[in-house]
Amino acid sequence: MSPASSPSAEAAERLALDVRPSALGRGRSGDRIFDGLVKATVWMVLLLAAGLVCSLAWESRTAIAAFGWRFLVTSTWDPVAGSFGALPFIYGTLVSSLVALVIAAPLSLGAAIYLADLAPLWIRPPIAFLIEMLAAVPSVVYGLWGIFVLVPWLRQSVQPLLGRALGFLPLFQGPPYGVGMLAAGLILAIMVVPYITSVSREVLLAVPNSQREAALGLGATRWEATRIAVLRYGRSGLIGAILLGLGRALGETMAVTMVIGNRPQIAASLFAPGYTMASVIANEFTEATSDLYVAALVEIGLLLLVVTVVVNALARLLVWSVGGPVKGGLA
Amino acid sequence: MSPGGRRIVNGAMGGLTFLAAIAVICPLVLVLGFLLYQGISAINVDFFLHLPKPVGEPGGGVANAIVGSLIVVGLAVAIGLPIGILGGVYLAESRERRLPWVVRFLADVLNGVPSIVFGIFAYTLVVLPMRRFSALAGGFALAMIMVPIVIRTTEEMVRLVPTHLREAGLGLGLPQWKVTLRIVLPAARAGIITGVMVSIARISGETAPLLFTALGNRFWHQGLDQPIAALPLQIYAYAIAPYDDWHRQAWAGALVLIALVFVASMAARLATRQRALAR
Repeated sequence: MSPASSPSAEAAERLALDVRPSALGRGRSGDRIFDGLVKATVWMVLLLAAGLVCSLAWESRTAIAAFGWRFLVTSTWDPVAGSFGALPFIYGTLVSSLVALVIAAPLSLGAAIYLADLAPLWIRPPIAFLIEMLAAVPSVVYGLWGIFVLVPWLRQSVQPLLGRALGFLPLFQGPPYGVGMLAAGLILAIMVVPYITSVSREVLLAVPNSQREAALGLGATRWEATRIAVLRYGRSGLIGAILLGLGRALGETMAVTMVIGNRPQIAASLFAPGYTMASVIANEFTEATSDLYVAALVEIGLLLLVVTVVVNALARLLVWSVGGPVKGGLA
Repeated sequence: MSPGGRRIVNGAMGGLTFLAAIAVICPLVLVLGFLLYQGISAINVDFFLHLPKPVGEPGGGVANAIVGSLIVVGLAVAIGLPIGILGGVYLAESRERRLPWVVRFLADVLNGVPSIVFGIFAYTLVVLPMRRFSALAGGFALAMIMVPIVIRTTEEMVRLVPTHLREAGLGLGLPQWKVTLRIVLPAARAGIITGVMVSIARISGETAPLLFTALGNRFWHQGLDQPIAALPLQIYAYAIAPYDDWHRQAWAGALVLIALVFVASMAARLATRQRALAR
């Protein structure tokens, strides 16, 4: 904890020394206490972060010892027999997140470009506000809406239609349950769109205006300036924004649990029910009876933690590479 | 490409990105529309004042869940707020190089960790040693989610405080800690409050970290070391249950929850606006 400019601090200290030595003494010990408090807080945050990894690894030790790497590639999930493999959940998490990104990434980038570069100035704040609201809606509310609005709609209209039109693809075969991968992917798309949009918008706004002016000065249209000078300059940050969305999608729990159908299976069709890593923890943690069962669930949590930390770390570095660490903060 | 063609592409891209922005906002309208449509008819005075009724008896309310949510979020704020603000002050004011970078990076990465993982963490750290689910465990899990948000917004806001304010304080002979507490933090107050309100809005809607920490409860709260009801948990339980009357209450609960969350978000915006006006 030091002042932003040290010469004035030193001057202040000298002055205080001349005038009120006793006050200076009090201030010094106060500084030491405050300094210690702040440092202690910071170390506590670091410790908690380390503790997060350690405690999850410790609680899952029996499952790690029992199954080793096989845990990641076997697909039996049989609590009664005490045999656990996480493959169906890993598959479900990856596929639902992928579906979400395929839908969300183009829409979010389009919206971000519109908001940062192309929209009339007066329209930007209200749209940005609505997108913030979208991010503020709790997961469980999206889940509720998913169960009672999205799923029936998918079952009655969308899936029969898709089945008729694209039924030759394995992706769109099978009975239209409503609940399943498609519903999970759609609800995830809705949920990650605001994150990708607002981070990409920040990235685009961090691109120096001289870039745009140079392109416009060479006779480019608005869109050409955006494409040549802005998108290319901010490319790594935009990839980072999409990765941030991926991180959200991988760990999203409640809404997915409520619409994915919760069946540990690997099916090619998006109409089929599935299960994700986060939802199996949410559904089975309180009813896990054996120690090994709990350990297996915690190991899935550990896996989720490691994957999301890697994705997020990569995303942050990419976003920071454009706007700097302070501007590219939370979204 | 001909100049005309370039102009057409320009217009087309303007139109496409506009459509993308509209498509992004559509779900908000749909979700809020259904919430209002389904929720308003189910809300009445009983809903706010009464305990849940047993299965099969219509009526009853979620008063215990609303109170429970306030308690759990209050606990989270009590734990998370001091840590978040002190951490943010450190990031903004420290002259060290490496540690602040690490903490900043960690805060951003932690912010992306799935909330259910914090639930497991709170379970291993609080529930297992205490041998019971408790409000305390729920508050701890939510605090872990809150801290990174408050750290980063506080840092940004403290950075905005002009250096000459600090110098004026130091020039008067104030010790550094008094400058930080009495000059810098008050100057950044509105922005910090915004960050805190945003984080409160976020954690009050969290369900996943409470599933196996706070657990839920169909009665009034019985102490911080006991399982406690929370509004998101109640909505979840009602939504996946097979009873129509519970579905109705789930919609009503969701409407109340989203009203609370939006009020917190709005309060955050207002705080920033006042700061802008005061400048």
